[in-house]
Amino acid sequence: MTSSDENMVLTHIEAGVLTITLNRPDRLNSFNDEMHRQLSEALKIAERDEAVRCVLFTGAGRGFCAGQDLNDRNVSVEQAAPDLGLSVERFYNPLIRRMTALPKPIVCAVNGVAAGAGAAIALACDIVIASANASFIQSFCRLGLVPDSGGSWFLPRLAGHARAMGMALLGDKISAQQALEWGMIWQVVEPEILAARTQELAQHLATQPTYGLGLIKKAMYSAATNTLDQQLDLERDLQRLGGRSEDYREGVSAFFQKRQPEFKGK
Amino acid sequence: MSNDWILRHQQQRVLTLTLNRPDARNALSTACLELLVSHLENADSDDSIGAVVITGSSRCFAAGADLRELQQQKVADAIVDRRPQVWQRFNAISKPIIAAVNGYALGAGCELALACDIVVSGENARFGLPEITLGLIPGAGGTQRLLRNVGKSLASQMVLTGEPINAQQARDAQLISEICVTELTLERAQQIATRISQQSPLALRAAKSALKAAQETTLSQGLNLERQHFVSLAGTDDRAEGIAAFFEKRSPEFKGR
Repeated sequence: MTSSDENMVLTHIEAGVLTITLNRPDRLNSFNDEMHRQLSEALKIAERDEAVRCVLFTGAGRGFCAGQDLNDRNVSVEQAAPDLGLSVERFYNPLIRRMTALPKPIVCAVNGVAAGAGAAIALACDIVIASANASFIQSFCRLGLVPDSGGSWFLPRLAGHARAMGMALLGDKISAQQALEWGMIWQVVEPEILAARTQELAQHLATQPTYGLGLIKKAMYSAATNTLDQQLDLERDLQRLGGRSEDYREGVSAFFQKRQPEFKGK
Repeated sequence: MSNDWILRHQQQRVLTLTLNRPDARNALSTACLELLVSHLENADSDDSIGAVVITGSSRCFAAGADLRELQQQKVADAIVDRRPQVWQRFNAISKPIIAAVNGYALGAGCELALACDIVVSGENARFGLPEITLGLIPGAGGTQRLLRNVGKSLASQMVLTGEPINAQQARDAQLISEICVTELTLERAQQIATRISQQSPLALRAAKSALKAAQETTLSQGLNLERQHFVSLAGTDDRAEGIAAFFEKRSPEFKGR
């Protein structure tokens, strides 16, 4: 293992925010197995450390994440076909499942190109802010593959069926501005203020009622597959839990005492 | 110390029994199982209890039997094993038992859930019979009750591969009646138990007996048995009270007579 192998994913905790930086800038932060393992460790911190109340994802260098590193996938004619399903099952699917199930908000600062699984990972974050020079590419179709890491689930929900089809079948580069207009992301900002803006937003979220935000996240993801009837029941249950949280008491008493609430995230 | 293996909590007419061996993932050793059954038998003869909820922790209902125990068992030990009798005693409990399952219900833990009358589970529940992966098979109704509940193909797949199913699959297969938000599973089970515990004890006893008979008999025998139970309730005070309260638009006060 060379020294660069050791820091393919950087983590930094400050003011309740865990910043996770994909760090293979010379390969546009594309994934290999080792980077997956390091990202998995970083997510473990997000899941277990109570001091972490918001996660901020970003990429080092000029790209956000170019998906799978194809250098790891040199397929010669003589070799047997690889089982890409295995890599999806072992690395990408658990990653997306853990991100969406994390009961804490995840902000994504898309600092440059987000392609293939990299685009799906960005879209799996809860609030996505892209730099004006960032782009999203569904590159799978050019290799005979299928959008994975939830790409085929997120795209039609975010952008609608027609746009999802266009993006997935053509693999064109979608600009940050276009992604914003299509409702795929929350904001576009100038490149020089991306880091500051997303850090500020993440720090704000880290002072909010984290437990309640986790319930909101659960409600939103469940809505995608529930009927209205099921969702109404779920809202009742989640509201019941929210109403029992310390932060709810704090929020209400701060309101009546006309002061700023101090949320503990519980 | 052994008394701590199962926590007992009664609220109104509902008794909640919580499996509490966190260091052993709530493994159902013979001693633990016997303790559970003795709690149930006490509840069965206690007029202040109408229904029982059995639950585990948020991450584990019960993860199987005690493997150390099984490891030491020879054929002769297996022949004279008390466990089958303990399970029979479980099966003879006449009051409704509701399982509130969060996390893993594996092996004996899954069989325990199957032996209860109603199962509700959290979204994080996993039901499985991994015995085959240890070179043995389910020994407490796993092959029988599971097949009667979920049908041949899924039951066979679970028993022969040992792979667990999740809450969604369990509900689709009718192994459980409801999926709850994990934090609310126990509360929901207690809510169901509360509602049950307010009904006539005699009617509950007859209803549970008739429901259980449905798994043992032919339809015509079952219908006869149901009729007998129905008739046996005709002379009870509770039946008169129940119908009177309905017409008088008030809540019935059942006395168990």
